[in-house]
Amino acid sequence: MKKNKQKFFSRPESMYDRLTHYCPGCGHGIIHRLICEAVDELKIREKVIAIAPVGCAVLAYDYWDFDCIEAAHGRALAVATGIKRVRPENIVFTYQGDGDLAAIGTAETIHTANRGENLTVIFVNNAVYGMTGGQMAPTTLLGQKTATTPRGRDNKNEGFPLKISEMLAILDGVKYVERVSVSSPQEIIKAKKAVKQAFQNQVDGLGFSLVEVLSSCPTYWGMKPKQAMDWIKEVMAKRFPLGRLK
Amino acid sequence: MPKIKINREKCKACYLCIAHCPKGLIVIDSELNKMGVKPVKFQKKKDVDCIGCAFCALVCPDCGIEVFK
Repeated sequence: MKKNKQKFFSRPESMYDRLTHYCPGCGHGIIHRLICEAVDELKIREKVIAIAPVGCAVLAYDYWDFDCIEAAHGRALAVATGIKRVRPENIVFTYQGDGDLAAIGTAETIHTANRGENLTVIFVNNAVYGMTGGQMAPTTLLGQKTATTPRGRDNKNEGFPLKISEMLAILDGVKYVERVSVSSPQEIIKAKKAVKQAFQNQVDGLGFSLVEVLSSCPTYWGMKPKQAMDWIKEVMAKRFPLGRLK
Repeated sequence: MPKIKINREKCKACYLCIAHCPKGLIVIDSELNKMGVKPVKFQKKKDVDCIGCAFCALVCPDCGIEVFK
């Protein structure tokens, strides 16, 4: 007798069945899915409020089937603080890129973490400004070529890559910091665990949790998608070591 | 035997699934999809079966692959 096959893996329920606007091979799609999976598994979909950033993920609310708010550039954590204080029963998380969280929003990031707000932050680090055309980001690696550093980033002129996770891990108000990547299926499984843990911390009321995800930008790195994933593994993960920082 | 289902209209041709399939059962289709790119397709091989590891679905940035077991 023929047995009906069971669905083992498919699109999570809280993700719309839409085509995303991201470039082929972009890590954002994977990270969007990991968040939706974590939200579904923790059964917090009715309580979640997402704060979308300015950057490539500015249209993230088109893909997530839960409540979303769009914040001004870099101010996602300020908006999240306000929402969480007014509605403490809701689960509030921000989804920010390196230009949003580590450049224009550094002040908000550090002070929100220092106050120990009970929030979840998903920080997508792809070492480049994607939406505006591939300019240098604070997290751009030394020697990496971008539109504004055509000869490669030089620390004499542009400084060193900003290690936000390490900076935040030493603050007393921060509960959980982990750096993961989406470079391979194994790393994606680890990333999923970290994202879920960050949400679980907020459900338990433990405090500020941040997950930094090393993601790829094949378009502005000038690489093929697979090559970009290998570059994360071989070059980027060496300068931004993976693992739990706090 | 496990099975995968590829949504060819969602495929943006990044081919990450091809790079990560341990059995090499995913190949590039010769026909274009509506977006004008060559999507991936599942191709059966003699004596090689899909093992349902879901690596292809895990790395797909566009949720275009479903896995059945």
